Amino acid sequence: MDNPQSFKNRFIRDFILNKYLYFMILPVIAYYLIFHYGPMYGALIAFKNYTPMKGILGSDWVGLQHFQDFFNSYYFLRILKNTLLISLYSLLFEFPAPILLALLINEVRHRLFKRVVQTITYMPYFISLVVICGIITDFTNADGLINRMFMWLGYDGQAMLQKPELFRPIYILSEIWQRIGWESIIYIAALMGIDQEQYEAARMDGASRLKQMIYITLPGIMPTIAIMLILRMGNLLNVGFEKIILLYNPITYETADVISSFVYRKGLLEFGWSYSAAVGLFNSVINLILLVSANYISRKVSKSSLW
Amino acid sequence: MKVKVKKMNNAKTVFFDRMFDIGIYIILILLVIITLYPLLYVLFASFSDAGRLIVNKGILWGPLGFSLDAYKSVMANPGIGIGYRNTIFIVIAGVAVNLFMTALGAYVLSRKNVMWNNLLMFFIVFTMFFGGGLIPLYLIVKGVGLLDTLWSTIIPFAVSTFNLIIMRTSFMGIPDSLEESAKIDGANHFTILFRIIIPLSMPVIAVMILYYAVDKWNGWFYASVFIKSRELFPLQLVLREILIANSTDSMAAGASAGDRHQIGETIKYATIMVATVPILCVYPFVQRFFVKGVMIGSLKG
Repeated sequence: MDNPQSFKNRFIRDFILNKYLYFMILPVIAYYLIFHYGPMYGALIAFKNYTPMKGILGSDWVGLQHFQDFFNSYYFLRILKNTLLISLYSLLFEFPAPILLALLINEVRHRLFKRVVQTITYMPYFISLVVICGIITDFTNADGLINRMFMWLGYDGQAMLQKPELFRPIYILSEIWQRIGWESIIYIAALMGIDQEQYEAARMDGASRLKQMIYITLPGIMPTIAIMLILRMGNLLNVGFEKIILLYNPITYETADVISSFVYRKGLLEFGWSYSAAVGLFNSVINLILLVSANYISRKVSKSSLW
Repeated sequence: MKVKVKKMNNAKTVFFDRMFDIGIYIILILLVIITLYPLLYVLFASFSDAGRLIVNKGILWGPLGFSLDAYKSVMANPGIGIGYRNTIFIVIAGVAVNLFMTALGAYVLSRKNVMWNNLLMFFIVFTMFFGGGLIPLYLIVKGVGLLDTLWSTIIPFAVSTFNLIIMRTSFMGIPDSLEESAKIDGANHFTILFRIIIPLSMPVIAVMILYYAVDKWNGWFYASVFIKSRELFPLQLVLREILIANSTDSMAAGASAGDRHQIGETIKYATIMVATVPILCVYPFVQRFFVKGVMIGSLKG
């Protein structure tokens, strides 16, 4: 009479069988609820005039007013432009760098040399961001190492971090310096999966090493490149604010200030809670849309996708 | 005639391949120099004589003179000691919490025939793609009373979803037969996890420990947002004050104003060394684990 496949029965049977498992994962669920879904609920303040006195629920609704203020403000275009430009320049210059490095390392026959190059280029990734930015600040000083080198070449020394037009190059170049080795690992791993027979066949046909690299190696790691590219696209508006905050200053805001650093400054330093939450929420939603569309396009075009 | 053409082609190819090789070695050697030199410069400068360094700030091929004054000032600064103490606590307690929570989640989510697992997985993975943002997180941390405690850098980051997925994938690869026999012997889930699954997954556990430890060691941003008391500052926050906000004066106390500026420079370099050398000493030994971690992580894709 009672269908054993009914939802209720399956539910009960599953609970009896797995109750200890559910009990075990409870702390993890609680963690995600509080520290991930909690902030999503807290993002409601973007539609309210939050004051700590009244709390999240008690504050007055203002609808989309903070969003309108943001879209109409002078800052909107500036930080959107800065965020997109830094992202696009990274995509253009930083994204291909580790691929290139992986291709080069792959061609090295000398094993010790290969190991030394890998060990040294991975290293900067493990130095803390604060120290890296400390070194950048020092080297780009008016009398820092980089300026001294420019002075030999006949240029005038200048405090480079005070120059808005130099912020992006400094940001991108130091990013490449720190990450090129580490990010090449994933491509090197992919390179190992390429069928060696293809190279033999190419050699028989007299293809040069450069041609083998272009026509065999590069296509071999294309799926990996596609996946990494999707992840990048999804994070187009997610420029890491940690490094920006360490390197920028009011003089360079016009090129350096991005969405996340703006959220940080408005919200936590100037206490514009609701306004800042609205900007943050705008950022999250755009990111989600970008990721889903990048994934969709990639699935259509190259059959590689995240889900 | 035909044979000759083929030979000429071969000779050309061999020549190009030779040039190709040389080009690659030159590029890679340049890259190694560019990567290494900034760190060598900091090393040389930290041991240099402050007065000589300030007048000769170009390329350094070795320390200018030899002086340990900067290191003495750094060691005498209580901030560095406090920072180290707090950071070591955050790393040890934080990694323990991370590992325990990640293992719990990964274990349950790797079991088969659990009705709600797919939904739970979606619930967790969704947070990778969407979040409430910085300000709401701050309000939550404040709400649960973690503000201005060392735990504020640990509890709100108890699980990294990415690491959870890596661990789950690895747990799923363990043959069922092992746990079946343990179940027959009456083992409960905790015993299976800690006595069977984890000992069999040591390579992944090692990778997780390293990922989490590096994260905790390097973390400064959330500490700067959540922690206000100076005696709770982790090392990276202390470093930020010295390196970025440029406040070496407190350390150079006792020196005259002019000397203070001079020694300030070398103090910075010495501070970088003191904060970075422990990591760089451990690094060669653990490097292979990181590489392994990336491989494991990429397999799921």
